[in-house]
Parts: sequence; C-alpha cells; structure tokens
Amino acid sequence: MNTTVKNVSLFAIVGVLILLTGFLQSWNAAILILNMGLISAIMALGVNLQWGFAGLFNIGIMGFVALGGLATVLVSMPPTEGAFAAGGVRVVLAMVMGAATITAAVLLYRAMAKGWPRTVAMIALLVVGFFIYRAVLDPGVAAIEAIDPAATGYLGGLGLPVLLAWPVGGVFAAGAAWLIGKTALGLRSDYLAIATLGIAEIIIAVMKNEDWLSRGVKNVIGIPRPVPYEIDLQGDSGFVERAAGLGLDPVMASTLYVKLLYAGLFLAVLLVLLWMAQKSLASPWGRMLRAIRDNEVAAEAMGKDVKRRHLQVFILGSAICGIAGAMMTTLDSQLTPSAYQPLRFTFLIWVMVIVGGSGNNFGAVLGGFLIWFLWVQVEPMGRLLMDIITAGMTDGYWLKTHMLDSAAHMRLFTMGLVLLLVLRFNPRGLIPEK
Amino acid sequence: MDFLNAIIAVANYVLVPGIAYGSQLALGALGVTLIYGILRFSNFAHGDTMAFGAMVTVLATWWLQSIGVSLGPLPTALLALPIGILGCIGLLLATDRLVYRFYREKKAKPVILVIVSMGVMFIMNGIVRFIIGPDDQQFLDGERFLISARTFREMTGLDEGLAIRSTQAITLVTAVVVVALLFWFLNRTRAGKSMRAYSDNEDLALLSGVNPERVVMLTWIIVAALATTAGVLYGLDKSFKPFTYFQLLLPIFASAIVGGLGNPLGAIAGGFVIAFSEVTITYAWKKVLGYLLPDSLAPDGLVQLLSTDYKFAVSFVILLIVLLFRPTGLFKGQSV
Repeated sequence: MNTTVKNVSLFAIVGVLILLTGFLQSWNAAILILNMGLISAIMALGVNLQWGFAGLFNIGIMGFVALGGLATVLVSMPPTEGAFAAGGVRVVLAMVMGAATITAAVLLYRAMAKGWPRTVAMIALLVVGFFIYRAVLDPGVAAIEAIDPAATGYLGGLGLPVLLAWPVGGVFAAGAAWLIGKTALGLRSDYLAIATLGIAEIIIAVMKNEDWLSRGVKNVIGIPRPVPYEIDLQGDSGFVERAAGLGLDPVMASTLYVKLLYAGLFLAVLLVLLWMAQKSLASPWGRMLRAIRDNEVAAEAMGKDVKRRHLQVFILGSAICGIAGAMMTTLDSQLTPSAYQPLRFTFLIWVMVIVGGSGNNFGAVLGGFLIWFLWVQVEPMGRLLMDIITAGMTDGYWLKTHMLDSAAHMRLFTMGLVLLLVLRFNPRGLIPEK
Repeated sequence: MDFLNAIIAVANYVLVPGIAYGSQLALGALGVTLIYGILRFSNFAHGDTMAFGAMVTVLATWWLQSIGVSLGPLPTALLALPIGILGCIGLLLATDRLVYRFYREKKAKPVILVIVSMGVMFIMNGIVRFIIGPDDQQFLDGERFLISARTFREMTGLDEGLAIRSTQAITLVTAVVVVALLFWFLNRTRAGKSMRAYSDNEDLALLSGVNPERVVMLTWIIVAALATTAGVLYGLDKSFKPFTYFQLLLPIFASAIVGGLGNPLGAIAGGFVIAFSEVTITYAWKKVLGYLLPDSLAPDGLVQLLSTDYKFAVSFVILLIVLLFRPTGLFKGQSV
C-alpha cells in the first residue's frame, strides 16, 4: 500500500468516526467535534511548526491560546461607556511607563561596565520604576472597575467585527512569543520548556485578576458572532421553508446551519494555514530549519543564523496558536479565563502532534482531529467500560459507586496511555515525516 | 515596643510561612535535581508523583484513624507516611521498568524523555483523580498550634501575636531530618558515593564498576521518599488537592534551576530563595510599616507589591533573571 492511499484512508477513518457520531449520537455533537477538531488541528499545526520543523520544546501553548481569546474580547466587544475617560488614560500611561522602565534597565545594562555599581543602579531603577507604575496604574484601575461592576467594570473592546480578532489574536501571541524567545531561546531545551510553562501560567493569572482588562473570573459573555443567531434564523420565513423542504424542524436546522457556517470559516483558515505550512516546509527556509534541528553545530558552521531562525519559527508557531485561540473563543462566544487548564490546552495538543506525526503537517492535522475525537468520546466509552466491569457487583456496593463516579477521570489516563504507546511503538507517528 | 511588634509581625506573616513553604519546595526540588543528575532529564511527572505519594498517605491515614490509631498531639499522617513512601516506590519502580528503561537502553535524547515524562504525568494524574477524586481532602488531626497567637500575646504582652502551626514545625523538623539523612547517604555510604560518581561522569563510573541499573533504582527509591514527604507536608500545611501539586511544578523547577540543576545543596537554597521571594513580594506590608514609621508617614494602601495570585510570576521572574545572568544557577549545576 503506498503512502498516499494510507494517508487518505487514515483521514477517511476519522471522517467515518465523526459521521458515526452523527448517526449514533446526534448531528449536533458530531459537528461540534468537527468544529473543535478543526481548531485543534490548527493548534497542532502551530506546535508542529515549532517542534516538528525546528525541535523547539514549547509547553506554554495554553498561554498563547488564551491571548487569542483575550484579543477576541478586546477587538469585538463594545467599549464600556465612560470607562476610557475614567481611567483608560492612566492605564495606557502606566503601560508606557512600565515598558519605558524595562527599556531603560536594558539600556543601562548595556551602557555600564560590569560590576556591582551596575547591579545596584539596575535594581534601583527597576524598584523606582515599579512604584511609579503602580502609583499611576492603581487609581485608573479602581475607576474602571467601579463602573457597573455587575455588567461591565472593564474597558471593553473596540466594537470591531469579530473576524478581525483572529489575526489580532495571532499578533498578540506573536508578541508574547517574541518576549519569551528573546530571553529563553538559545538556552537548553528544558529551560525553554520551563520558561514557556511559566509564561502561560502568568498570562492566565493576569486574565483572571486584571478585571479592568478581561473582567477576570466574572467572564465576558455574549461576544458578537460572525454568523447569524439561531433565533433570527427561526424567525426568517425563507429559512424555515427551506428547512421544511429538507424535512427538518426549524430549531434543529438553525443550530446545525450555524455550526456548519462556523465549520466553513474554520476550514478556510485551516486550509490557508496548511497550505502556507506546506509551502514553507518545502522552501529553502524549511530545509534550513530541519538542517538546524538535525545538527545545530553543522548548520551554524555553514553560516546559518540558528538563534534568529529559532526565534522566527517560535513566533510563527505561537501566532498560529493565538489565531486558533481567538477562533475558539469566537465559537464559544464567551471568555472564561478559569477554563484554561494546562492539561487540556498544552499537553493535549502535544499528544495530537506526537500521535499524528511530528514533522508532517498532515500528520499534525490528522492528530488534531483524531485525538480531539478520542478526548470527547473517551468519557462515554469509559462509562460503558465501567458499566461492564461493575455489572457483576450489587447496586450500592461502594466500589461500584466509586468506579462509576470516577469514570470521567479516564480521559487523562487514556491520553497518557496513547502518548506512551505511540512514543514506544511508533515514535514517528501515524503519518511520519518524509 | 513598636519595633518589637514589627519584628513579630514579620516573623508571623513572612518568616514562619516562608520557612515552611521553603522546606516543602526544597524537598520537591531535591527530587527533581536528583533525577536530573542521574537520569539526565527534567521530570514533568514530579508534581503528580508527589500527589500520588500524598494520596496513598491520605488513604492510609484514614484507615489508621478508622481503626483508632493516633499519635496523640501529632498528626496520624506521620505514621502513615512510610506506607505512602512504599506505595510511591512501587509506582516509580514500575514506571521505570515499563516506561523509562526502554529509552535509557536506547540512549534517547533528553527531550524525548521529557515528552515521555509528560505521558507519565497524564497517567499518574488520571490514577490519582480516579482513586481519590479531584476535590480537597482533609487528613490533618492532632494539635493545631504549637504556639497560638493569643498565648504568645499573653506570654509577652505585645500587641502582635506569633502563631506557629504544628504543621509548620513538623515540616521544618521533617525536612531537616530528611535532608540530613540524604546528605549522609550521598556523602558517607558506598551506594551514595556511587550515585554521585555516576552523576559526575557516567563513563568513568561505569569503568569503575558502578552498576548503572542499581544506581537508577536507588535514585527512584530516594526520589519516591522525597516526593512523598514533600507532598504530605504540603498537604498537611495547606490541603490535599491533586491539581495544586501540578501547579507546584513551576516553583519546584524554579528552585532546582535557581540552585543549579543536579546540585542537591543548590536545590535546598533555591527552595528557600523562591519561597521567601514569593512570600515577601505578596505580603501586605502596611502593618509592619505602620509600626516602624511615624504616624505622619504611615501608608494608606496595603503596600502589597503584587497580589497573591501572582505568586507564580515571582518564581518565574527569579527563574528568568537567573537563567539570563547565571545559567548554571547560584551553585554550579550541570548543563547538558
């Protein structure tokens, strides 16, 4: 069997699995899996760029995804009445001051000779800068958060079309990646891992606590959508007629229609990104990256700028994750900072890339769909398994109750098992790198 | 008098919690650093190893409590700790046999082992949640306070109270005992010396007749003991919740790297550096400054540099500073 046939049939199997979900469970669930599968595939594409192409070990994907979500709020939500006048100027000023302090510290570090005077001067500068920053920021934040805290209490967004938030999400993530890359790339791989893990936690902490920016744990709900609302469709007589023509009731038809529209949008983004990733993989740039990955010393000896290439690909991969994050928040039409869990948003994406085949874009996409399908379906399967195991026990026996209650936690276990089995017996993944 | 009050306030809110937290981090970081030194990879499953050991201890504690065994004023968990350690040793040795040994024999790259440890992390996390659930568990019993704030005030006649919880005292004592044992083992016994030799120079150690599999087994056993102790102490001091152990991963790694990966002494120093930075930066200094400064200068705000939710940011920033300016850590560690 040649590889093309094998790869096409692998994709076909995933397609059949999703179709089966539609026939056996519900079409709503099937399209939801498809939508999240598309988003997961984009995230996996971003991680594959970093790990598969360049061998960079990034475990802060959650942070970049969350930044994309934040972009959605900042771009598409209507601005809060009077918030900017109340404290916006102070906040912006404080951000500028903060950035200026850090820039000044960097300049100072470069300008002064090594020794203790430099250390003391830098610490003094940073401490003074920090206190000025807080003195400017705090009253502004208090003023913004005082505006109708139950409904708003934050700056709001720009009120622009939500689709614009997708590229902006990518830019946000790219900015964060630039900061991390500048400091942590070039160190050992484990250090980059820890640094990215840390920055992701910090991004989530900021989103949970800076109420003026993202409403924190109060969540932002009702983010505008790029597609029509179900209620409007059900009120549209033309749509109801067409639905009736297909033999569907209007409620069902409208939810499916909306989800399919989303699927179309996501598919378009995925195809564009996949095309770009394929092109870059085949380009001289892609070859250079793989040369660096396989032998850094040799590539450097050939005059390749290893650090710069690493920084580029790190920023690009993170930007893709940011775009996917913005798309996901758009799909949910709400931003819930406490929903970002590293196991779900960082490590699961890694499982997708490894299982699908690191270094191969189609592999990453396949892994995204397949693992997302498993992630959703393992729960009912786990419950079924528990039902079978405990069938012989009497009702109310503590072990039976416990096992049935804990079936939900089978997910993590299964994902770990899949990852370990693939790494052990098929380390190159389902669709290996050519 | 005000000066004394200020000192007591600092001791109560910064010194005592910092020492307890620092000891817990140090024990965790020792585990990470030993694995790094001997097995040469960063073990991301370490937080969940701690959770597993602590979970076995919690279950054993409940069992001991149910049959009426207790240690009087001390928590029963101390009696259950050896059972937890045994359980954790079993888990780690089984993991090594089933998972890590294959990659060790293949001489896989460290980064592959890191990814493998991610898979192990998933599985351990799943097991812990499956057995005990994701919620908070209470397993502390015995005396709550060594000195309560009120007794202290009555004893000294000061306005400020100094409270020392029994768990904080136990943490410190246990940590000192465990660290003393560890260093005695590493420096004085033949097995410990072979471990250090293996960590310093693998080839030379092999030539001198050190049995690598034995060294690895010893390492896992020691790591299991350290991780379980750290996990139980943290659980007694705060509370046992599986997810918090995963979140401890960042400060623990920060401690190990700040101290110098692979260097046990550094791990302890790093643990205290991280713990004290976290506590001092997130503590509201209003009260202390109120005692020290004349009334006219007393601050209006809380004088809290960062809210407690940003404690991760503190360990992260320290980590970054160390990585940028002293990549091998405060004490010289390895860099592969």
